[in-house]
Amino acid sequence: MAGYIVRRVLMAILITIGVAAITFVLLYILEPSPVHDVLGRGARPAQVAAWNRANGYDRPPVVQFLSYLGNLAQLNFGYSYKLGQSVWQLFKEYAGRSIYLSGSALILSLVIAMPIGIAQAVKRNSVGDYAMTTATFVLYAMPPFLLGLILIDIFAFKLGIFPPLVPSTQTSTFQAIIHPRDYVLPIATLTLINIASFSRYMRSSALDNLAQDYIRLARAKGLSNRAVLYRHLLRNACLPMITLVGLSIPDLIAGNLLVEVLFNIQGLGLLFWNALSRGDYPVLLAYTVLGGILTVLGNLAADVAITVADPRVRL
Amino acid sequence: MTSHDLERLIESEGALGHPDSVSTLAEAGEVQGISSGWRVALREFADNKVAVLGLAIIVFFVLFCYVGPLIYATNQTLVQPLNSNLPPGGASPLGGHAGPLGTDEHGFDELGRIMLGGQAALEVGFFAAVVATVIGTLYGAIAGMSGRIVDGILMRIVDIILSIPFLLIVLILATKYSATVLALSLLLGLFSWLVPARLVRGEVLTLRERDFVWAARVMGSNRTRLVYRHLIPNALSVVIVNITFLVADSILALAYLGFLGYGLQFPAASWGDMLGNADSYISSGQWWLVYPVGFCLVAVVMAWNLVGDGLRDAFDVRLRRR
Repeated sequence: MAGYIVRRVLMAILITIGVAAITFVLLYILEPSPVHDVLGRGARPAQVAAWNRANGYDRPPVVQFLSYLGNLAQLNFGYSYKLGQSVWQLFKEYAGRSIYLSGSALILSLVIAMPIGIAQAVKRNSVGDYAMTTATFVLYAMPPFLLGLILIDIFAFKLGIFPPLVPSTQTSTFQAIIHPRDYVLPIATLTLINIASFSRYMRSSALDNLAQDYIRLARAKGLSNRAVLYRHLLRNACLPMITLVGLSIPDLIAGNLLVEVLFNIQGLGLLFWNALSRGDYPVLLAYTVLGGILTVLGNLAADVAITVADPRVRL
Repeated sequence: MTSHDLERLIESEGALGHPDSVSTLAEAGEVQGISSGWRVALREFADNKVAVLGLAIIVFFVLFCYVGPLIYATNQTLVQPLNSNLPPGGASPLGGHAGPLGTDEHGFDELGRIMLGGQAALEVGFFAAVVATVIGTLYGAIAGMSGRIVDGILMRIVDIILSIPFLLIVLILATKYSATVLALSLLLGLFSWLVPARLVRGEVLTLRERDFVWAARVMGSNRTRLVYRHLIPNALSVVIVNITFLVADSILALAYLGFLGYGLQFPAASWGDMLGNADSYISSGQWWLVYPVGFCLVAVVMAWNLVGDGLRDAFDVRLRRR
């Protein structure tokens, strides 16, 4: 098992370098040098050349890529000349609210989706199963921003229970946590979207397990229905969820972006969206690399966790 | 053996219904054997009420979006500020009444605009899926037929691109290069061929070792014949199922781009573009600018997903007639 994990980690490092290479090529094509952000559009060619030489933008692309990789390894994600701040600094400032939003939505959706999926599998083809399946299909086809809009319309404008937007005055993660009311709608939006896919997987995983011999054996031994469900089915049916959570990171990033834009949450997604209209390529590509690294780490963590949790994988 | 007999045989012996076994039987006339396998799948699909409903929704929207504007012609190019934000059926200052879904802030008729946006959604969804499927199928087939080293390198490339968050990279490129149906289709297609590539490679790898492929090889089939007569037709069901999901995902991705402000160039519009300012419509009570578009978007995406599920069940013999 140790050998497998070592090989898996080496592969993850290789893939991360590949992700960095692709984003570097994109950055190089879209904005070879940020010189015009610094000196202005009207800078003379001699000035531009001098600035490029002073800051290393005249070196061959391969050399630039190696220094870019070296910087990434030291968590130096570049510098946003448009905002006059290092990208890492910006990330640290904005990440808290994104982690709060996506993290609580992820945990809530897991806690809600797992029992729903199992109940659906056990009582399959019942009215409740059909109702939940229909709801899942609708949510599955629903863009997160549309669900968010519906929730805003109902709970903010019609009922007036929750605010439609997160006030811009909220500048720290701490304030976000002590004002949970502001975050109910965005977290609910992401949670409902996640439940749709998680409960679906949970249902099919539980169905697969229910058809297997070990469940029949447990029943034949005379175990009560409850013991079969809790001691045998639950543990086995939850295994694929480990992989699913590891794989869901790109979806979480996308959902996070849309929900932050809709609810005006000052997180990484909104930072990215604002950078799009400014053409702030260092921020854009740094967030893409960060997303890529998180995805690789998510897959790696899922693979390692499933190897530890499921002895059959080790065979 | 005629294809009809074969079909009956398949039906009587459930396990034989798998496309692979059909081909094993039909090495002499493989094309016939495969087409009757298809017919079984088609019948299976027609029996699936939910999937047929999905197909009906798609057909309805194709008619609604392409034939609709011929019957219900509206101005969708010239901004008319005096007609803006009229509620459904509301009286226009220019005389006459607004359409059944009112008008938007540019004075465009909302029902006509939904038809226009639907064209964009269906076109981008379809073209992006085709681009992704062509690239993915070729790439996957090449990887699956290559030796271990080439296959390893090709699949690591897939892993790398798959690790880059789709929406982020597409948005960055959309700021530079998009705004037409063709450009957006290419952009979305170029970043969604990875899943089909993986599926086709996996399928080719398992098919390669099947007895009927060995039999064909022993009988002297060359590589080209093997790929075109045996591997591709048998992997096709996986590809077709995946196309429908790709269409659904591309329509959603287009809506995300539009909502974030990087959809089609005004005055063209997609459903996502029309929802870009939806928060202000909702706060001012203009429901007709939000819910009809949103409903169409969800209905079409859901319909493609339902058809995809139906096709997958129809091709999957393990679920057949138990």
